[in-house]
Amino acid sequence: MKLDARIPAGPLDGKWDVFTRQMRLVSPANRRRHEVIVVGAGLAGAAAAASLAELGYRVTCLCFQDSPRRAHSIAAQGGINAAKNYQNDGDSAHRLFHDTIKGGDFRSREANVYRLAQLSGRIIDQCVAQGVPFAREYGGALANRSFGGAQLSRTFYARGQTGQQLLLGAYQALERQVGLGHCRMLARHEMLELVVHDGAARGIIARDLQTGEVTRHAAHAVVLATGGYANVFYLSTNAKNCNATAIWRAYQRGAAFANPCFTQIHPTCIPVTGEHQAKLTLMSESLRNDGRVWVPARAGDPRAPASIPDGERDYFLERRYPAFGNLVPRDVASRAAKAVCDAGAGVGPGGYGVYLDFADAIRRLGLPAIRERYGNLFDMYQRITEQDPAAGPMRIYPAVHYTMGGLWVDYALMSTVPGLFVAGEANFSDHGANRLGASALMQGLADGYFIIPPAVGDYLASAAPPAVDVQHPVFAAAEDAARARLGRLLSVRGRRPVDAFHRELGRLMWDACGMSRSAEGLRQALARLPALRDEFWRDACVTGGAGEVNQALERAGRVADFLELAELMCRDALARDESCGSHFREEHQTSDGEARRDDTRFAHVAVWQQGGGGAPPRRHVEPLVFEAVTPGQRSYK
Amino acid sequence: MKLILHVWRQRSPSEAGAFQRHEVDDLSPELSFLEMLDLLNERLTSQGGEPIAFDSDCREGICGACGFMIDGVAHGPRPGTTVCQLHLRSFRDGDELWLEPWRAQAFPLVRDLMVDRGALDRIIAAGGYITAPTGSAPEANGTPVAKRDAEAAMDAAACIGCGACVAACPNASASLFTAAKVVHLGWLPQGQAERRSRVLGMVDRAQHEGFGGCTNVGECQAVCPKGIRMESIARLNRDYLRAALTSGR
Repeated sequence: MKLDARIPAGPLDGKWDVFTRQMRLVSPANRRRHEVIVVGAGLAGAAAAASLAELGYRVTCLCFQDSPRRAHSIAAQGGINAAKNYQNDGDSAHRLFHDTIKGGDFRSREANVYRLAQLSGRIIDQCVAQGVPFAREYGGALANRSFGGAQLSRTFYARGQTGQQLLLGAYQALERQVGLGHCRMLARHEMLELVVHDGAARGIIARDLQTGEVTRHAAHAVVLATGGYANVFYLSTNAKNCNATAIWRAYQRGAAFANPCFTQIHPTCIPVTGEHQAKLTLMSESLRNDGRVWVPARAGDPRAPASIPDGERDYFLERRYPAFGNLVPRDVASRAAKAVCDAGAGVGPGGYGVYLDFADAIRRLGLPAIRERYGNLFDMYQRITEQDPAAGPMRIYPAVHYTMGGLWVDYALMSTVPGLFVAGEANFSDHGANRLGASALMQGLADGYFIIPPAVGDYLASAAPPAVDVQHPVFAAAEDAARARLGRLLSVRGRRPVDAFHRELGRLMWDACGMSRSAEGLRQALARLPALRDEFWRDACVTGGAGEVNQALERAGRVADFLELAELMCRDALARDESCGSHFREEHQTSDGEARRDDTRFAHVAVWQQGGGGAPPRRHVEPLVFEAVTPGQRSYK
Repeated sequence: MKLILHVWRQRSPSEAGAFQRHEVDDLSPELSFLEMLDLLNERLTSQGGEPIAFDSDCREGICGACGFMIDGVAHGPRPGTTVCQLHLRSFRDGDELWLEPWRAQAFPLVRDLMVDRGALDRIIAAGGYITAPTGSAPEANGTPVAKRDAEAAMDAAACIGCGACVAACPNASASLFTAAKVVHLGWLPQGQAERRSRVLGMVDRAQHEGFGGCTNVGECQAVCPKGIRMESIARLNRDYLRAALTSGR
């Protein structure tokens, strides 16, 4: 497989200029002749669909939710980074680039990350123009706060609902295009197949989740903006219905998958309470601006947190990482929390929890100031746990939150299938082995507003073959494949609920491919997964029919894909015989428990190609070349 | 603990619906209401029954996908709480509850507790935005926004579009939903250029979709999980009146 990232020549800070200067253009009058499908309506999808429609392309946007306003971007709480340097604390595109590439433990492409940092400021301009009600200072200027992995304040926010407000901005821009008739919005539609003909993406097959109808959609280009795959783990902070089906179908049709094992475990989530818990809830990283993380110095100390004096507490992040303190990156904070809990110092039922304490900040700033910053997060915590974080510390524990891996894309966000573009969390492009807080919103919107529109235009003007009609046999074959799969799921008629399989898969993946991984554990998981998949196809219980609303069928299809993707994640984790960022191989750590990278053997992107005909997938590499930064051991001490 | 549920079951809009009784026992009070329904669905499925269809996604009270009536109250008994954030500890062991979908002419039933709220998207498409094509934005700090105004805009922008206000209103009015967007954008300097066309377009669209008018009943405010206040409807009416009087209609 030929992997050409098509990175423009020249100095790092001029590459995006070179790209936009050299790209081919579609004239305004010709744009309406081009059909583009956007799958997913989160930040990346809604922004791309709205921007492409504004340019004059004919756009069809699909989402599985009942409205594009519900995509999971909406749940992002804390903020969005941008190198505006409004705080006069020395920020610049280069510094944001440097923090992001270091935060990703030097496993991402310099050119992509630099472009992201360069575009970050325009995102804020765009969102403010749309009416996103960002937090303000008294003088009317935009306010900022700090996030993990940075020593300055560059995070813009709208209380604890930043994702919601950014998404509503993109959604409103999208609905405007829908109202004008420039974009066709198909809510409650799920993509089931990618249609590839003569080596290029020509459309998709989708299922109308309301009628069960399976429909064909032809286009000159397809953009997947379908989010991440953290729900492989069953319990994660993702929404219940987040799934990998679109990217997994694309992988089956030839799109390569990059770094599938890079999954982010977020340090501050509400701990698991019971077997039938449906999902985990995140408590924003922004809380670490003012909250201090600790456990009792004496393991098993039975006293209530308030009666443990300061001298008998272990503020383990401040102790281990004095320079960054509570604002170390997520992978570092998560592992540190796991380490103290594994050593028996954890708090709460089961001992898997640590305190996040606001008492000092409330004493220093007063409760009203703290409530203004985090009021809705405090309320959310209280609603779930019946405990008031203003009266005593929160109890938190790491949980799966985000996936840095995803479909491989070149500099123009095009996958290895020409005409198939991938944006937002669904691609692998910018976060390396660990994503910094407040960078997901930035990437989703940079991709959607500013990169996808020119990149798709360039493809349409130069390389795109003529569209294929939906009556073409290639569409019929893809539709038959989708229908056959639905029929197979419905004909199992087993006894075990689909969720039971999903829970078992989640436990297996958390143990073998979660916060720490070992060759032995991964080999065991790889031995178990095919058997679990066989059991699923023999004994899964899927009721109802295909021609109606059938949530059991939707869920079963998604779990079937997770069962396959899980295997690729474990293969990737096993092959990457080093520790880096979120990928912590127990065999590779320093004497004080930090990740030990191996730049000689693994300074590359691992790119997996589907084997075909039951053959195992093939692993390719895209070497990572560092010119502007020197990979060193990340130090937050 | 144990609950007795009477759940509205309706296969499709064209078929008749009815309440179906389920006794759900062996429940932990720590379960959320929707986790309880997940559990009931697992039990129904393993006995060969059809699971109850209901919308939900984020389960954190922010996406707005979930929502149905519990004993006639949208999102159930706990103020400021979506049904996904409601826990069984808000109920007593042995409680008997009636679950029904949002009922409004503009929200056609899909199945069981699911309805089609596409009309709310169409109200937004009729003016609930600021026209700012990608690439046309000026420098973000070029226009100061008073902190008080930004906070007031944010209060209104917190609407999650769940439709509880419509379901609770005896007129099935979408006034609170429409007002939340009109007020959010109306507080911001960026929203002034389209202030009049926005309110006219959105209110007209709401009427066209079959939502009723507001008669100041206040049920919407009582059930809104995000605390959107009825005062915003007063602002909506003021904006609408001013726009209608000055637009030559």
